[in-house]
Amino acid sequence: MSTIYDHGAPGRQAVALPQLGKVEQGLLGAIPADLRRRDGPRLPEVSQPELVRHYTALSRMNYGVDTGFYPLGSCTMKHNPKLHEDLARLPGFADLHPLLPPEACQGALALLWETAEHLKGITGMPGITLQPAAGAHGELTGMFLIKRWLEDRGELGRRTKILLPDSAHGTNPASAAMVGFTVVSIPSDRRGMVNLDALRGALGSDVAGIMLTVPNTLGIFEEDIVTITDLVHDAGGLCYFDGANLNAYLGRARPGDMGADVFHINLHKTFSTPHGGGGPGAGPVTVSEVLVPYLPVPEIARKGETYHLDWDRPKSIGRVHPYFGNVLVIVKALAYILSLGDEGMRAVSGGAVLAANYLKAKLKGAYKLPYDQLAKHEFVLSGEGMGNGVRTLDVAKRLIDYGFHPPTIYFPLIVKEALMIEPTETEPRETLDTFAEALLSIAAEAREHPELLREAPHETPVRRLDEARAVREPRLKLDF
Amino acid sequence: MLIPKELKYTKDHEWVRLEGDKAWVGITDHAQKQLGDIVFVELPPAGKVVQQRDLVASVESVKAVGEVGAPLSGEVLEANAALSGSPDLVNKDPHGQGWLFTMRISTPTEAGALLDAAAYEAFVASGG
Repeated sequence: MSTIYDHGAPGRQAVALPQLGKVEQGLLGAIPADLRRRDGPRLPEVSQPELVRHYTALSRMNYGVDTGFYPLGSCTMKHNPKLHEDLARLPGFADLHPLLPPEACQGALALLWETAEHLKGITGMPGITLQPAAGAHGELTGMFLIKRWLEDRGELGRRTKILLPDSAHGTNPASAAMVGFTVVSIPSDRRGMVNLDALRGALGSDVAGIMLTVPNTLGIFEEDIVTITDLVHDAGGLCYFDGANLNAYLGRARPGDMGADVFHINLHKTFSTPHGGGGPGAGPVTVSEVLVPYLPVPEIARKGETYHLDWDRPKSIGRVHPYFGNVLVIVKALAYILSLGDEGMRAVSGGAVLAANYLKAKLKGAYKLPYDQLAKHEFVLSGEGMGNGVRTLDVAKRLIDYGFHPPTIYFPLIVKEALMIEPTETEPRETLDTFAEALLSIAAEAREHPELLREAPHETPVRRLDEARAVREPRLKLDF
Repeated sequence: MLIPKELKYTKDHEWVRLEGDKAWVGITDHAQKQLGDIVFVELPPAGKVVQQRDLVASVESVKAVGEVGAPLSGEVLEANAALSGSPDLVNKDPHGQGWLFTMRISTPTEAGALLDAAAYEAFVASGG
């Protein structure tokens, strides 16, 4: 594969750069001579057609939700409505400087306030911060809130443990540990749900709280959720819900009603703002009444018809992000909420659950299904026992030949050879059928032509990559 | 799958080689196969005092990070320095050159509860 430096010749230019004006020349004089670069930057020297062809060729090797089905479990790679892009580019949002005084950006503050009110309503929780930049950042914020609450009650040194079901998102234990809590793992039972006896055994006066992923990473809703939160509250702890999977019950159930004290929302998953390479994330955190005093500052507050920044929160944990979080992502999320309305949001969760169960029913005869419960938005198969030495990695690589992005593999850890599939609600039935046919065909190939899987992918610009070598001997820069 | 007879095992897929009060510790052949290609090993510093089952090391593969507990209580003597440059030794020779650390054990009675090779083999066969 070539880089842009493999094209062109000295002296070629794709664009004519403007000459420095008087202002820029003057600025140059302000830089001490010994800090100025002696040689010009080594820019690629290519003509415009060479430039266009190179990047167009690269873009055609790329794969994303705009090119095909992307059933990446736990990641909710669904369609992002294009209207959102137009709205986020409106100059009233895109051209704002974050240091503008509130009176000069009332529209943007109104938008943030309105989004916050919607998210409080959707989650059934009275407090919110929009600052966190992504899900794990929301988790960290939530753990800081619990820590400050403990400190305020004089219990910080005593309550040091956070309980974590082994079906939680992998970032949860890291977030708890970063704030200084000790993580205690709670095993799942045969249903793939929290083992209540193990939970009761772990609860005590040294427990700060629990972090539950709802639904969990098996795509299963905790049937005992209210019992779990009651047990934790009775033991004097708080309940954190990882809300990355909110799309499974959006508009149908509210974490606040289930006993959550902290809840993070991935706007870039449930609320369909671009994800991965497509844009920064946003992980607002909603909280129950007891944690409201500790929320990050400033709070965007409304007085009559005007909005202002309320810094008067003496118990706040402080800022967790500069300014107001990733505001343009929040613009897109509000567009999604308003476009869909209540009915539309219920249709999101209904569609996500229907698609997951439809695929699960089609595939469970050909692949192991270790936890056969009603799925929520995703489900986990196992590639164990496919025979002929075929492993889940081989299945995933072979799917690329069929034109699909592979699902998440080898997570969650409680399923051996896991294949974690999240179809999302934005795929037509024909796509789900074609994907199911591909996986069924691969299961047959594993029996009859296992080498096709072990050597896959065959149809890609590069064949199977050596993942271990890429980590052991990383080449992080291009020598040219 | 290799399960050397002379070693002792834990249900967390660690092996122990005991010589007097000194113990060599590593992860089993079964464990390295489950993890796949190992790319990084994090080991405890010499002198660290640990209780049985404390998490003291981690073994990272392209798929996952496996936590390694202390199979016995005691003090860490030495970490296997060769693994920082060649973590793949854990894949190639899990019970030999791929050892993780040695320790001076403080509670010899704990060793009695470790599994022997036959018990470990049965544990793995039962899906453990």
